Amino acid sequence: MLRSPEGAHASTPRGDLVSRFHLSERLLHWVIALLFGICMVTAAALYFDPFAALVGRRETVKALHVYAGLAIPAVLVAMSAGRWGRPFRDDAARLNRWTHHDRRWLRRLGRDSFVPQGKFNAGQKLNAAFTAGAIVLLVATGVVMRWFDPFPLWMRTGSTFVHDWTAFALLFTIAGHMRYAFRDPDALRSMVRGTISREWAARHAALWHLPPLEHRGTHGHPSPGPARGDDSDVEPSR
Amino acid sequence: MQTVPDERATPAEEQPAGTPVGRRVILSMLGLGALGLVAGPRLQDAFASSVSSDLASLLPSGGRFRIYTVVGFLPERSKDAYRLTVTGMVDRPLELTYAALTEMTPTSITADFQCVTGWRVPDVPWVGVRLADILDAAGVKQGAKALRFTSFDGVYTESLTLDQARRNDVIVAYSMEGGDISSPHGGPVRLYVAPMYGYKSIKWLDGIEVTDAVQPGYWEVRGYDVDAWVGASNRRSDAPIA
Repeated sequence: MLRSPEGAHASTPRGDLVSRFHLSERLLHWVIALLFGICMVTAAALYFDPFAALVGRRETVKALHVYAGLAIPAVLVAMSAGRWGRPFRDDAARLNRWTHHDRRWLRRLGRDSFVPQGKFNAGQKLNAAFTAGAIVLLVATGVVMRWFDPFPLWMRTGSTFVHDWTAFALLFTIAGHMRYAFRDPDALRSMVRGTISREWAARHAALWHLPPLEHRGTHGHPSPGPARGDDSDVEPSR
Repeated sequence: MQTVPDERATPAEEQPAGTPVGRRVILSMLGLGALGLVAGPRLQDAFASSVSSDLASLLPSGGRFRIYTVVGFLPERSKDAYRLTVTGMVDRPLELTYAALTEMTPTSITADFQCVTGWRVPDVPWVGVRLADILDAAGVKQGAKALRFTSFDGVYTESLTLDQARRNDVIVAYSMEGGDISSPHGGPVRLYVAPMYGYKSIKWLDGIEVTDAVQPGYWEVRGYDVDAWVGASNRRSDAPIA
């Protein structure tokens, strides 16, 4: 599904590809996706009656859930550190910052007007922040639930409540994330191959200062690529 | 958590401009989470008691049973094939069929089912035979102190002291919510210990052994209290049942 016939890129010769996600980010993405998948499947086996009855083995399922869950922040921290983690940190910084474009983009949701966006649009920024917050909440409440002894009762009950609701909300946003990905195979493919067409970038991320085509080890020191104007009020070229 | 990339990392024109809304969203969520931690369970209870149980059951932690099994399958046994053995320190070891159980004096209890992990199903109607009646039928020998229960899942075990077992609200149940006890709920026959957390109410009950000392059960050797009184064990303080 992620693979496309070679012909698919006929209209975008290799020179027209730009680097969207560095190898370190793609690896991080798919490791986290796998861990999240384990968490969700095991959660279902702990939580939904028919599935719980089918799977059973409560002790094992519980351990899998707990350790896959704890691995998510561990992997995030480990893989965002140092030189290797810089591309991810750069993107995190992009996701954190909002400009007037982002506010306009959100206000115009559902209306067919075009608001130019940087590498990430306001929806992606919101989703990223929500996901980060959800991870913190899930880990904190999960720890209380698993190692409950030192915590007072109200905190344990409250943790269960927060854990359940946060997980449900996160399930919805991840489902939305996947829906957008499958609707845009080029974007999805860029999380596998790292590159995306210049044409796509112009359409979806007009204000993104495109990096040059990814070659090994040069991420931190981009050669002067084609400048795309400054970050203010460039209108998309279409 | 947030690292601002230095000049080498991004070209100058890509220095992140704008306000750190992402960070604010995260902090707001943590605040909301803290609020949920304190007020959430109360909100949920209030909501659950104001809507039908069907609606409440759709919500996280809403008023229905969660099916736990410690083995990798759902034990199944027909009523015809079912046998309950009573062995150990008794005058007359018994092997009771399902029919034999239902012919004994029935006892009905309607009470909450409270799990030690927090969920509670309110007002579950149970029908069964008082454990005390079964013990009397077998005749408990002098010096006996406790019971050890086994399950036909082959793994789970439980325990009660004789005094606990003789309470009126401890039954060997063969009916719940007006019908048979289904396999996921531990049928055809399970124990129901009303005043204790759910893990004492062993599912798929097939053996009662009268012993001279309490032998901790499956979860009890894994850290749960042997005397699992609701509201007074496992460091929980749920409202007592019944």
